[in-house]
Amino acid sequence: MGMTITEKILAAHAGLDKVTAGELVNAKLDVVLANDVTGPLAIKEFEKIGVEKVFDREKVVLIPDHFVPAKDIASAQQSLDIKNFARKQNLKHYYEVGRCGIEHCFLPEQGLVLPGDVVIGADSHTCTYGGLGAFSTGVGSTDLAVGMATGELWFRVPETMKVVFKGKARNPWVTGKDYILALIGKIGVDGARYKALEFTGEAISNLSIDARMTMTNMAIEAGAKNGIIAVDKKTVDYVRKRAQRPWQVYESDADAEYSEVIEIDVTNLQPQVAFPHLPSNTKDVQEAIDVKIDQVVIGSCTNGRWEDLEIAANLIKGKKVHPDVRVIVIPGTQELYLRAVQEGLVQIFVEAGAVVSTPTCGPCLGGYMGILAKGERAVATTNRNFVGRMGHPESEVYLANPAVAAASAIFGRIASPEEVSK
Amino acid sequence: MSLDKLKGKVWKVGADIDTDVIIAARYLNRSDGEYLATHCLEVLIPEITTKVKPGDILVAGKNFGCGSSREHAPLALQYAGFSCIIAESFARIFYRNAINIGLPVLVAPEAVREIKEGSIIEVDPSTGIIDDVTNNKSYQGEAFPAFMLEILKSGGAIPYVKEKVKKRV
Repeated sequence: MGMTITEKILAAHAGLDKVTAGELVNAKLDVVLANDVTGPLAIKEFEKIGVEKVFDREKVVLIPDHFVPAKDIASAQQSLDIKNFARKQNLKHYYEVGRCGIEHCFLPEQGLVLPGDVVIGADSHTCTYGGLGAFSTGVGSTDLAVGMATGELWFRVPETMKVVFKGKARNPWVTGKDYILALIGKIGVDGARYKALEFTGEAISNLSIDARMTMTNMAIEAGAKNGIIAVDKKTVDYVRKRAQRPWQVYESDADAEYSEVIEIDVTNLQPQVAFPHLPSNTKDVQEAIDVKIDQVVIGSCTNGRWEDLEIAANLIKGKKVHPDVRVIVIPGTQELYLRAVQEGLVQIFVEAGAVVSTPTCGPCLGGYMGILAKGERAVATTNRNFVGRMGHPESEVYLANPAVAAASAIFGRIASPEEVSK
Repeated sequence: MSLDKLKGKVWKVGADIDTDVIIAARYLNRSDGEYLATHCLEVLIPEITTKVKPGDILVAGKNFGCGSSREHAPLALQYAGFSCIIAESFARIFYRNAINIGLPVLVAPEAVREIKEGSIIEVDPSTGIIDDVTNNKSYQGEAFPAFMLEILKSGGAIPYVKEKVKKRV
């Protein structure tokens, strides 16, 4: 019996020829990541272990992105905590605000995470890097502290659920976000609990790297340990110009064992909208168009990449945001922000009446920069619509792709991109 | 070291209780357990710290702790006074985090279905046996793998790893 990509990566990092699902292994870590929310707690735990130095100053990455530029005094202290630790440990990859961005947009862009890596991050959306063919998973602050101290962590080798996305979507506005929402709608928020989700098929090959990372980013919303997509030419083209160290490509064997194989035919798939209060609560956009909204957020580690901004800008260009709606656009990194300025996207958004923010996780998790009042509704390209996720416990978040979000911004209600006149 | 039996009053919550409901991100500008506890589960059990007595046990439906990796979630529950969480199933990051901070978490679907809010129950984390004292019935929860039990016995992952690091030197 062969192995899946996930099994091969874990085996290689555990120094084993073969691993099987369910086995417990100790794997070496290539990248250990934390942010301004989870970092301080991890540092506190790290300091209790009794080692002076982190295992490798080039492999521990600290990114301030959740509540920055600091939203209040307590947040400022948290950012200072990680900065002080980074300086004390002489970490190579600590970046001050204005030189980084949302961690899961920034690390792939800078070539800090590569195919075949084992990555842990004290952030649940660390699973994003599976879009580049890495094994990456979210952990808590204590696991991260152990990772920083020892450079390794125990893992239960997950069963892999293979999802084959077949066909070509007829609707031109359907993209990775809709594929992943459709899957979560089908299997539920715990449908892949403890498992690896391996995405494959013609529809995945046709996706850009940006859109693939949108999909693996949301693997956690189905309860998965990691999401993963095999490396192809697009991945190599993306990685080659960014990587500063060698990488390793793994592919699943033809006789690898899968716990389940699910097929999703995207041919007739419509843009998906996840209604409150679970990402699995999905409907076709056409069934959502009477929902009035107060805010639109275009950004986040899910949909804050170039392709996302471009899709939204192309729809909004020359139009005005609905008078009753606030629109907040957040490029995922400084590099994307600059490009959005240079290529005129920022002008398009601002002329339409949108706010363009510096990179931050802010509104996605109800931190700041777009909190909802009681009873308000938002369409967001983010990843979670739990009770109170973006503000008041009686506010509502509808998850959608950037085209639906842009169309909704214009109409002041959830709208299909097809409704926007050219 | 042995793991003591835990006894307390049952508080029940439903399925898919996410980490934002356990502790909303707007409180994550701090990471001390005492503060986080005051906002723990506030949408479901307002002013929880005035209600839950130390040792009480939370009984939840499937997929408890889904969502974020914030360790603030099990920490808030621990400081709110819960000695143990029993659920039909747990989201994986939450499960690891709870064990890592020394908070026992037990998978026991039958117990979750039958045990009622307000009952007094006794849990043996070493064996996974749950005794419903109020209704005089016993349930077998899933026992921990040996090494997780070792982590819990050490009081969490940090004391556990500290020992291992010491031995290596």
